[in-house]
Amino acid sequence: MRVFKVIHKASLTLVMAAIAALFLFPIVITFTNSFMTAQEIDFNYGPIGQINEATEKGKKLFGNLKWLPDQVSMEQYGKVLVGSSNYLKMFWNSVFLVAPIIAGQILVAAFAAYAFSKLQFRGRDRWFLVYVMTMLMPFQVTLVPNYIMADKLGLLNSPYAIIWPGIFAAFGVFMLRQFMLHIPYAYIEAAKMDGAGHLRIFFTIIVPMVKPGLAALVVLLFVDYWNMVEQPLIFLEDPFRQPLSVYLSRINDEPGIAFAASVLYMTPMVLLFLYAETYFIKGIQLSGIKG
Amino acid sequence: MKQWFFRQGAAMKIMKWMRRDAAAVWIFLAPSAAGFALFYLIPFMMGVFYSFVDSPVDLHFAGLENYRELLASGSFRKAAFNTFYFSAFSVPLILALSLGLALLLNSKLYFRKWLRTAYVLPLVVPVASIVLVWQILFDWNGSVNAWLSGLGVDRMDWMNSEVARYVIMVVYLWKNIGYNVILFLAGLQQIPKDYYETAYVEGAGRLRQFSGITLVYLTPTMFFVVILSIMNSFKVFRETYLIAGDYPHDSIYMMQHYMNNMFTSLDIQKLTAAANLMVGCILLIVMGLFAVERRYRQFME
Repeated sequence: MRVFKVIHKASLTLVMAAIAALFLFPIVITFTNSFMTAQEIDFNYGPIGQINEATEKGKKLFGNLKWLPDQVSMEQYGKVLVGSSNYLKMFWNSVFLVAPIIAGQILVAAFAAYAFSKLQFRGRDRWFLVYVMTMLMPFQVTLVPNYIMADKLGLLNSPYAIIWPGIFAAFGVFMLRQFMLHIPYAYIEAAKMDGAGHLRIFFTIIVPMVKPGLAALVVLLFVDYWNMVEQPLIFLEDPFRQPLSVYLSRINDEPGIAFAASVLYMTPMVLLFLYAETYFIKGIQLSGIKG
Repeated sequence: MKQWFFRQGAAMKIMKWMRRDAAAVWIFLAPSAAGFALFYLIPFMMGVFYSFVDSPVDLHFAGLENYRELLASGSFRKAAFNTFYFSAFSVPLILALSLGLALLLNSKLYFRKWLRTAYVLPLVVPVASIVLVWQILFDWNGSVNAWLSGLGVDRMDWMNSEVARYVIMVVYLWKNIGYNVILFLAGLQQIPKDYYETAYVEGAGRLRQFSGITLVYLTPTMFFVVILSIMNSFKVFRETYLIAGDYPHDSIYMMQHYMNNMFTSLDIQKLTAAANLMVGCILLIVMGLFAVERRYRQFME
């Protein structure tokens, strides 16, 4: 009976591991292939994207997805980092877009979430519904007015056209409100009895209690804005101001260095995630338990 | 001395004022509300206004003319259908799959934490990094076709046929399942174990337990997951754009492609009209969800 249980547990683990492998496979491939030489890349992936040529010859020439490089080389990384590409410039463009958005949104959203979860005012739930609505709306919905507004404020072709709307986006409010709903009113009542004002309550009770939520929000916002595509395409015409996400979609024409560029691009994200994973998971979990 | 008293008095007054909720609401909500109004609410209302005039320069009231033209446009209908189809198909699918994975992950397993990390990792990997692999897989000369022809099956042009839609769905699932799994896991762990024991004693089968206990107590989590999944199903435009560019195959031509193209061709009327129709649909969905949640809460009480 006991043996049967162990077998059951092991086989289930095996199935789940197979699914996990499926999830990890594109990431692993990108990583291992980033150590290939340009020659090997060309040899393996040359036929990709060349529809006509490959069929005209009458042969089926396929790209060959390879797990491991024949020869480990840092050639791609060298080219990306010190070669002629604008990689580093774009990297910093990304950082300067994403960092202010995260810092700003966290601050603004935490305040607003407190109001939406712990304060009473008329029309509270209705206004919250409006926030949730805009959170669901694709960026294009307010594209024209936003463009006109950015033009009037003189923000066109400036990162601020992206940063300001990013700071006031509703997602942070939604997420943190969800979180603050868990904090019992009793804590706040007790602090009030002791003579604490709302600001004091907010900074000494609420903020420490929603730390996992804040951590989760930082990671989620990082993911979201680090991946941003639509906004920079519209608001930043100058290619030298565009972030990496847009640049990488073009670098794919140059597979010789694309893998290394991709790895470098995802590294900050993955490191942040692994560093904050416990917090992140806890943060996400607590946000979803109570509606 | 007098001055000190005065200051103290003013400070006391401010403190008292602060303690009243109405004032606190202003202080806490004002920064967000101001920015939200400026960058979301007012632009949205401007959009509604533009959709009813015949050009943003003349500002002649045009009634429903823009909407009539929009609905007559073939590319709009295509985009609307694709977006609707995508969300209507992939959201239930991701709910089912992530709930299934969460249930499995919640049973007795080795390496549970590692497995969970593996499922969540795609969420934090930027798609731009992975696009290359997707292309290598689904290109005409790509690896999937190589494997297919190895099995003696004819190759197909994944990204330039109806199947493209499902390729994008796979990308969507791959990216977002992990997040939902975490949410469901948390919800599952909230359900007291003795509910199941009682049900078991009373003779309820596995399926009955699942529908009578698990699903009922997961409803609040479900509400949250559905909202996020819908939001992310609209965000899949990015992946589509990165994989297939400005002009993808018809089957993955989304509302966002349409609106982007209307923007490039400066057809403001159609863009805003399309945007408003989309918002109308989203509003209906959100209100429906909130209504379900309210009823559930009443039911539980």
